[in-house]
Amino acid sequence: MLEVQELSVSYGAVHALTAVTFAATPGAITAVLGANGAGKTTLLRSISGLVKTQSGSIRFNGQELVGKTVEGIARCGVAHVPEGRGIIEELTVEENLRLATLWCLGRRERERAIEETFALFPRLTGFRRRHASILSGGERQMLVIGRALISRPQLLLLDEPSLGLAPLVTAGLMALLRDHTVGTDMTVVLVEQNARSALSVSQRAVVLNLGEVVVNDAADVVAADSNLRHHYLGF
Amino acid sequence: MGLFVNITLDGITNGMVFAALALALVLIFRATKILNFAQGAMAMMTTFIGFTLLNRGLGYWWALVAVLAIAFVLGALVERVLIRPLQGKSELNPVIVTIGLLVVLEGLAGAIYGNSSRGFPPAYSQSGLTIGHTKIAFSHFDIFILVAVLVLMVGTLALFRATTLGLRMRASAFSGEISRLLGVRVGRLLTLGWALAGVAGALAGFLVAPTSSFSPYFMDLILVYAFTAAVIGGLESPVGAVAGAVGVGLALSYVSGYIGSDLAPLGGFVILIVVLMLRPQGLFSFGRQRQV
Amino acid sequence: MRATLRNSTLVRHGLFFLALAVVLLVLTSFVFDPYTNYNVTEVAIYAICTAGLTVLTGINGQVSLGHGALMMIGAYTTSVLLTWHPDLPLILMLLASIATTGVAGAIVGLAGARLRGPYLAGATLALAVALPQVPSHFASVFGGNQGLNVPTPSPPAFLGGDFSPEQWLAWITLAAAVITFFVLANLVRGATGRRFRMVRDNEVAARLSGIDVARTQVLAYIISAACAGLAGSLFAYWVTVTSPSGFSLNLSLSLLTAIVIGGLGSLSGAVIGSFILVYLPVWTGGFASSLNLSSNVANNVPLAIYGIVLIVAILVFPRGIAGGIASIARGAARVIPSSRGPTALPAAPESSQ
Ligand SMILES: Nc1ncnc2c1ncn2[C@@H]1O[C@H](COP(=O)(O)OP(=O)(O)O)[C@@H](O)[C@H]1O
Ligand SMILES: [Mg+2]
Repeated sequence: MLEVQELSVSYGAVHALTAVTFAATPGAITAVLGANGAGKTTLLRSISGLVKTQSGSIRFNGQELVGKTVEGIARCGVAHVPEGRGIIEELTVEENLRLATLWCLGRRERERAIEETFALFPRLTGFRRRHASILSGGERQMLVIGRALISRPQLLLLDEPSLGLAPLVTAGLMALLRDHTVGTDMTVVLVEQNARSALSVSQRAVVLNLGEVVVNDAADVVAADSNLRHHYLGF
Repeated sequence: MGLFVNITLDGITNGMVFAALALALVLIFRATKILNFAQGAMAMMTTFIGFTLLNRGLGYWWALVAVLAIAFVLGALVERVLIRPLQGKSELNPVIVTIGLLVVLEGLAGAIYGNSSRGFPPAYSQSGLTIGHTKIAFSHFDIFILVAVLVLMVGTLALFRATTLGLRMRASAFSGEISRLLGVRVGRLLTLGWALAGVAGALAGFLVAPTSSFSPYFMDLILVYAFTAAVIGGLESPVGAVAGAVGVGLALSYVSGYIGSDLAPLGGFVILIVVLMLRPQGLFSFGRQRQV
Repeated sequence: MRATLRNSTLVRHGLFFLALAVVLLVLTSFVFDPYTNYNVTEVAIYAICTAGLTVLTGINGQVSLGHGALMMIGAYTTSVLLTWHPDLPLILMLLASIATTGVAGAIVGLAGARLRGPYLAGATLALAVALPQVPSHFASVFGGNQGLNVPTPSPPAFLGGDFSPEQWLAWITLAAAVITFFVLANLVRGATGRRFRMVRDNEVAARLSGIDVARTQVLAYIISAACAGLAGSLFAYWVTVTSPSGFSLNLSLSLLTAIVIGGLGSLSGAVIGSFILVYLPVWTGGFASSLNLSSNVANNVPLAIYGIVLIVAILVFPRGIAGGIASIARGAARVIPSSRGPTALPAAPESSQ
C-alpha cells in the first residue's frame, strides 16, 4: 500500500507538485494521468528519492520513504522504470538484468530469475551478450520491464512506458502488466499520457493538472466521464 | 639493430609504468569525470612512506604490501573528504582541488624528506640480462615491472569483467542514477574506485622510483605522460589507457634514443596532437559525442 | 539609443580606468617602497595573463592548462629580439610579443576548437610541458637552459637621473594592465563577449542562432594568447633572465588556479587571483622564516599552505572569492534595503553558469 500525503515539490520557483494526496493499493494498477508538465515524472521521482521533497509524506507498507536514499528506497522493494526507459547502454542485456538482482537475490536464484526473464521475453535472448545500445525501442521496453520485475518488487513505478511504441506493442505491454499485477501483492503506479490505454488496464486513476490532483477515482468512472476526458486527458 | 632492440625494450618498460598510472586516471575519470592531478603526488607520497619502511628494515615485499594498503586508504579518504563535497558544482573546481592536493603533498614530502633526490632500492638487479653473448638493456627488475603491471591489469580486468562488484562499478560509472534505482550503493563504489586508483598509482610510483631521480617531484613528468596516454586512449577505457601508455612509452623512447632525450616531452605532445586531430575523443572512445 | 548606451558604458569604463591609472601612479610614485613596487609589478603581469585566461576559460568555456607556455613565447620573443637589436624601443617589443603569441594562440585555438573539456585540458597540459624543451634544445638561438639576459628598460631622461628603472618598469606594467583591462572589460560587455558566453553555455543553441562556434573559439584563443604574450614580455623584463625553468608546468597550473580561486568568469576575480598568487608565498615565506624551522621545512611550508588555501578556498567559495564577495554583498544589500543597487564596477562578477 502506497500512501502519498500532502506532497509538495518545487524546483526553485517552479511549483511542480502541490499537496498531492492519493493512495495505491496492492494487486491493482493506479494510473497517474495528466498533460505534459503536469508533474507526473516529478511525482515518481519523489517516490523513489531522486527529487527532494519540500513537505508531505510518502509511506509504503507503513514505512516512511521521504529522507531515505535512492538505493535505500530501491532496497525497500521499489522498482522505478524512469522516463526514457533508462537502460545502461554500455552494459550487455544480461548485465542490465543481473545488476537489478544483486542486492536481493542469491547466486542460484539470480541465474534462475535471469532465465525466467528471457523466457518471458524470448526476443531478448538473441541479444543476451550484446550491448544494450543496439536494442530497438520495443526491445528496450522489454528489457526495462524485465529488469524491473526481476527483483520481484512490491511497488512498481512506470513512467510513460508506452511512449514511442507501436499501438500493438503497447497493447501487449498493458496486458502483460495486468497479468503480473492482478491477483498478486504488487502495487503498480502507471504514469501515462496515453490515457486511453492506461485506463483500459487500471483500477484507479489519479489525474494531475499543474501539480495538483484534480481527480482521484475508479478508472472506469474516469474513463466514462467525457467532460473530464475532454478537459484533462485529450480523448 | 641492437640499439633498436634496447630502445624498444626500454620504451615498453616505461610504457608499463605509464600504464599503471594511466589506469588510475581512467578509473577515476570514467566514474567521476574528474582528472585527478594529484594522482602522481599521491603515488609519490606513498612511495616515500615505503622508502621510510624500507629504511626501518621492513622487507621489500612487506613494504610493497603496506604501501598498496596505505594508497587504498589514501585514495578513499581523498574521495570522501575532498571530492564528495564538490559533487555537481562547477567542473573546474575538482581540478583545482586536486591541483591543491598535489601542491600540499609535494610541500609535505619536501618538508619531511627534503627536495634533493635519493636512491631507492630495487627488488631485483638492475643490470642488463645477457642473451647469447650480447648484453641487452633489460634487467631482472624490468621483468619484475612488466609482471607487476601485468598482474595489476589482469586483476583489474578480472574485477570488472568477472565479478558482480566490477559490474556494479561499471554500472555506476556509466549511469549513477539508474544504478541507484537498481539498488546499487553508488557512493561506496565511487570511494572504492578512488581507492583502487590509489593502489594502481602507488604501484607505478614504487616500481619507477629506483630508475628515476627519487624526490618529491619524481612523479610529475610521469603523470603528464600518463595523462597523455589516457587521453590518447579515450579517457574512459582501461584498455585504451594501457595501449596508449605503451605507445607513448615507445614513442618517447625512440625520440630520446634517436633524436635527443631533452625532446622527449615534445615527442609526447606531437603524438597527442596528431591523435587528437584525427580522433578528438581519443582512440578507444565509444565515438559518442559527450559534451563536457 | 543603443549606440549612446554603449558609448556611455565606454565613457564610464574610460573614466573608471583613468581614475585607476591615476591612483596607481600616485601609489607607485609616493606610497610604495621599492619592494612593494616590485611585487605589484608581478601582480600586474599575472593579472594581464589571467585576465586573458578568464576570457578564454571563464567566458568562452575553453580550459587551458598551457598559458604558461604562451607567456613563454611572449618572453622569448622579447628576449631574442633584444639580443639581436638591443636598441629597439620597448613598445615595439611588447607589440612584437603580442603578435607572435597571438599567432601561436591562433594555431593552438584552431587545434583546440576540435577538442572539448578534458581532451583540451590534456592537449594544453602536454603543450605546457613540451614547449619549454624547445629553448633548451635550440641553445644557439634561445640560450639553452641558462637562458637569455634581458636588460631592465631605462627610464626616459626627463624623469630625472635618479628615477629608478624598477619604478619605470612598474609604471609600464601597470599602464599595460590598465589598458588590457579596459579593452577586455569592454569586450566582455559587448557583442563579442555575448557570443563567447553563448558558445560556452550551449554550443548547439549558439550555432542555431548563427554563431560560427569554431571561429568564436579561435578568436577567444587569440585574444587570450595576446594577453599572455604581453604578460610574458613584461615578465622577461621583470625577471631579467628568460630561461625555460621560468615557464614550468607550475606556472600554467598557477594561472588556472588563480582565475578559479579569484572567481571564474570575472575580470576582478583575475586580479584577486593574481594577488593571491604573488602575496600568499610572500606572507607564508615570511611566516615560515619567522619560525626558525629547518631549511627543508621552511622551504616547503609556503608550498603546503598554498595548496591548503587552494583546497579550502574552493570548498568554502565554490564560485571563487569574487563570487563569494558578490553573494555576501547581495546578502548585505538585502539586509540594508535602502542601499543603492549594484554599482557600476566594470568588472562586476557574474555567475559562471
Ligand atoms: N529539473 C527541473 N528543473 C526545473 N523545473 C523542472 C525540472 N523538472 C521538471 N520541471 C518542471 O516541473 C514541472 C513538472 O514536470 P514533470 O514532472 O516532468 O511533468 P510531466 O512528467 O507530467 O510531464 C514542469 O513545469 C517542468 O517544467
Ligand atoms: Mg514526464
